[in-house]
Amino acid sequence: MEGVKSRAGRKHFAVSRFVIGFFILLFSLVCLLPMVLTFMVSITDESTIMRYGYSFFPKKFSGYAYRLMFQGGSNVLQSYGISILVTVVGTLAAVVITGLCAYTLANKNVKYRNALALFIFIPMVFTAGIVPWYLICTWLHLRNNLAALIVPNLLFNPFNMYLVRNFMEGVPDSLRESATIDGANDAVIAFRIYFPLCMPALATVGLFYGLAYWNDWWNAIMLVDDQSLYPIQYFLLQLKSRISMLRDLQYLSGSGSLTPPTESLKMATAIVTVGPIVLLYPFLQKYYVKGLVIGSVKG
Amino acid sequence: MATNAKPASSKEKRGFLADVRKNRFSYLIALPALLYVLIFSYFSYPYMLIAFQKFQYNRSGIFDILFHGDWCGWDNFKFFFASQAAFRVTVNTIWLNILFIVTGTVASLLIALGLNELRCKWFVKTSQSVMLFPNYISWVVVSYILYTLFSQQYGLANKFLALLHMDPVNWYTTPGAWPWILVLMRVWKGAGMNAIIYLAAITGIDQTLYEAASIDGAGRFKLMTKITLPLITPMIVILTLLSVGKIMYGDFGMIYALVGDNGTLYSTTDIIDTYIFRALRQVGDPSQAMAMGLFQSAIGFVMVFGSNWITKRIYPEGALY
Repeated sequence: MEGVKSRAGRKHFAVSRFVIGFFILLFSLVCLLPMVLTFMVSITDESTIMRYGYSFFPKKFSGYAYRLMFQGGSNVLQSYGISILVTVVGTLAAVVITGLCAYTLANKNVKYRNALALFIFIPMVFTAGIVPWYLICTWLHLRNNLAALIVPNLLFNPFNMYLVRNFMEGVPDSLRESATIDGANDAVIAFRIYFPLCMPALATVGLFYGLAYWNDWWNAIMLVDDQSLYPIQYFLLQLKSRISMLRDLQYLSGSGSLTPPTESLKMATAIVTVGPIVLLYPFLQKYYVKGLVIGSVKG
Repeated sequence: MATNAKPASSKEKRGFLADVRKNRFSYLIALPALLYVLIFSYFSYPYMLIAFQKFQYNRSGIFDILFHGDWCGWDNFKFFFASQAAFRVTVNTIWLNILFIVTGTVASLLIALGLNELRCKWFVKTSQSVMLFPNYISWVVVSYILYTLFSQQYGLANKFLALLHMDPVNWYTTPGAWPWILVLMRVWKGAGMNAIIYLAAITGIDQTLYEAASIDGAGRFKLMTKITLPLITPMIVILTLLSVGKIMYGDFGMIYALVGDNGTLYSTTDIIDTYIFRALRQVGDPSQAMAMGLFQSAIGFVMVFGSNWITKRIYPEGALY
């Protein structure tokens, strides 16, 4: 059996590879198809859904749900705007805070950098839970305002900070030394040397933060009761249980007799919620995965 | 205030202050992050005491909690443990986590090993990209996808049952099916990403080992079981123990997005985190919620230290601290 590696053996590999490839393909399809189905439902005519259920190949298409959604003044658009605002502002602020802190912890001239790292690390192990967190947010008046969607929970993530710090520790010390000899102060070294060099790491954590902000509804469910402040994710969550949220849209459509496109409209809202992620997909592939692999292997 | 909480400051205060003066800029720019941690993490610890108090909304500042609290001993705990929910949510949390850990590890390992066997580059790359997609979307969107599959009237699952001439099932009122539905969605969402983490470890293995073994006549299956698996076992153990450390903590985002306030499913899906959420936001009793949270933290704490201790014993380099 062994020893003589024959053509038959190689053929056996080829067959087993084919089988493995088939299962990988199957799992990939399973990952993709439910999303495709959701999209197909969103462009299906409502009465067709009522009659035939959800289908990959609807008998009659309709863009009515999307047309309704993008009509001026709809609350879907408003929540969408809130989400964009929160994501952009939150991500920028978070990256700045994270990058600055990472620089200090990677700066070997700072004698107490390990103590600072410990200060940040301890709460990662000992968490007091959501109740104290909620009371502190209330105490800081982070209720029913935009800051409540931006500041709590998401603005600073120690994992991301450690990721940037690890990257910065890879910058050779000689760069700092030569710059110091040339008369550069700490600020110049940070902003002219370290941050430009660490752009890939900052871009990675930027994507982490951006995705976390876009997908967040925790802050909303805990701290926001005002419907005009709902981010799109929380709007979507509420939409599932409360069809009444759609009433505005049906009113806008101006026709009570027509079947309200409840099912397709729900799915259309889910699809537009995923939209930005699909747009950012190439960047996610490039930076996100790398960052995650580094983070999990090293830290 | 800020300096008091820094661990090193008490012993070598002069040294610390001198260092701050010397590296003014560095300390200054780290301040936002440090203040954030101080306020949202360290300030939260005193609040844990409300588990032993009767909470009053008009007295909810830190100093009120510490000095003017209405202490009531273990009453909040007694109330919680007297209810049937305590046992139910604890068992659900642990059981669901065990299911997630086992199925998640097996699924992502199989995918990683499979991807490692394939040689067609574009296929591997494309399938990886596709597998990662569910990882990026929120549980709320997943709940809609779930609905397209399991909706009673229109869903694909019931269409499939109809093909087999079986009666449609109203999934959203069938608690027994839900642990498995949750496992399914969990694997669907997370296995691709975890597979890629495992794959990164596998591709990091020294290729000469494989070459040497091939020359000695080992087949692909042998290479997998005798080289790949043993060499990534430390990583599997470490990642598993990390999850075991978190076994008392459920995924609130997942459960609440998929199950929500659907009371008929609570018997199999209600977990500690959703229970605390309801006690806090719907019942409106922070003390009650905190007692529950403290119970969760206490056991969680033991689990984290226990699993870390075990990790240290087996693979010292893999321990968290």
